[in-house]
Amino acid sequence: MTDTRDEAIIRLFHVHKRYGAKAALQDVTLEIAKNELLFVTGRSGAGKTTLLRLLYLGEAVSEGQILVDGMNLSRIPRARVPTLRRKFGIIFQDYKLIPTKTVYENVALVLEAAGRKPSVIPKKVRSVLRIVGMEDRMNAFPPSLSGGEQQRVAVARAAAGDPKIILADEPTGSLDEEAAGLIMSYLDTFHTRGATIIVATHDKELLKRADTRVVQLRDGRLLPPAPV
Amino acid sequence: MKRFFLRALKDIRDNRFLTAITVITVALSIMIAAAFALFFVNAGGILNMWQQGIRMMVYLTPQVSEAARQDTMAQLQSIAGVQEARYISSEEALERLRGQMQHHDALLDNLRRNPLPEAFEITLQADRRDSTSLQFLAERIANLETVADVEYGQEWIGRFTAIVNLFSLAGYAIGGLFFMATVFIVANTIRLVLYARREEIEIMRLVGATDRFIRVPFYLQGMIQGGLGTLLGLGSLLLGYLYLTRQFGDPMATEMFTIRFFPVLTCAGIVLGGMVVGWLGSWVSLKQFLK
Repeated sequence: MTDTRDEAIIRLFHVHKRYGAKAALQDVTLEIAKNELLFVTGRSGAGKTTLLRLLYLGEAVSEGQILVDGMNLSRIPRARVPTLRRKFGIIFQDYKLIPTKTVYENVALVLEAAGRKPSVIPKKVRSVLRIVGMEDRMNAFPPSLSGGEQQRVAVARAAAGDPKIILADEPTGSLDEEAAGLIMSYLDTFHTRGATIIVATHDKELLKRADTRVVQLRDGRLLPPAPV
Repeated sequence: MKRFFLRALKDIRDNRFLTAITVITVALSIMIAAAFALFFVNAGGILNMWQQGIRMMVYLTPQVSEAARQDTMAQLQSIAGVQEARYISSEEALERLRGQMQHHDALLDNLRRNPLPEAFEITLQADRRDSTSLQFLAERIANLETVADVEYGQEWIGRFTAIVNLFSLAGYAIGGLFFMATVFIVANTIRLVLYARREEIEIMRLVGATDRFIRVPFYLQGMIQGGLGTLLGLGSLLLGYLYLTRQFGDPMATEMFTIRFFPVLTCAGIVLGGMVVGWLGSWVSLKQFLK
């Protein structure tokens, strides 16, 4: 299955991912353009999360090749994995915030890890927290926040390092409609600012509102695009 | 580096209990190992002091002519390691014996002739007072034509050296054991911290943190724990030493010998060693954890 775009920032060539005898992804070929907002959909277990994990080398492919912003993931040495990951901002369904760090510290961590100058970090953190409306809660600890608020912090963290690509794995999965709408509006904001956004979701409401490309996975295979 | 240090301090503060347990355990290990080391240092001091007083007695064959005696003296003085060779006549030897026998010196009055041989008392150079050098020198001197016998308390020196060597060997073994124990303790503490924070570390890696960014605060943490533990261990040993020397000071100290604590530089070296051991413990844990 092939879908080709110009100025691709991500390219997958005949990618397979197997866990023992079970095939999680089979022969996936896909190109994602720079500054595209792409939805990846499919039922639970279709391979959406696996696809995203392969992109940031959360796992290695079993077969095939992936290129991300010119980096061939099959040939990337271990020492360069952090460089690859800094191209991404990742939003997880379960937020993955560090409960012992404040909202501010959680967001600042990305910038510290990237070796940004300490003098620029506070300004940047405040700026992204302001976008997601969490600036006034920056001294709070994640367990004291609602699910929607935690996901907003996760969005801020994903965007803090000005990544080229934002991966969102079921970002609205555990949120009510209003909170889900807010998260998508923030993702839209970062998309408008130039980021490539890939959202893995099976949220039908979210897909209904999507006016961009949607690719569907079924049993690890990419389905052909629906006729226009 | 400042940021790494601050993160290490924050981690220590967040894991106070675990850190305290580690520091105390390291302190106990260091205290025991340092107590042994202190014993060896002082035992070495005794041996050294004793060796400084070592003299070699070279007894001459009977009826050696004046010329042969002069010749023997010249030969003795030319041997490497001999600092001084002093002639002791039979008469002087008898006078010495009389002095040593004190109230029983009347026994010597009945002697028909002086049975004591002429001898040379040899003072040795400082670097030739160990057991091996003494034996070598004694054999060389014994081969001289006019020499009947050579004595230097070889049996005692041999025994004492053997005991000190045995203790030194035991000391190295104990030191090695405690070194490994300390590495193991710090490694396990860091492992517990890593386990407690595995999710946080995973998140750090996902957001693009390098291994260095993750490792360095843990290395610092290990070094701080090792350093603090060593300071505490040495401090406790010093307190024990001060208490003992104050309580039993007079019987323990003689004019020739005083029990000493480690010099400041050695203490600094031990603390530095503790920090290295702490770093090693962290390194071992992180190597396994961040595979």
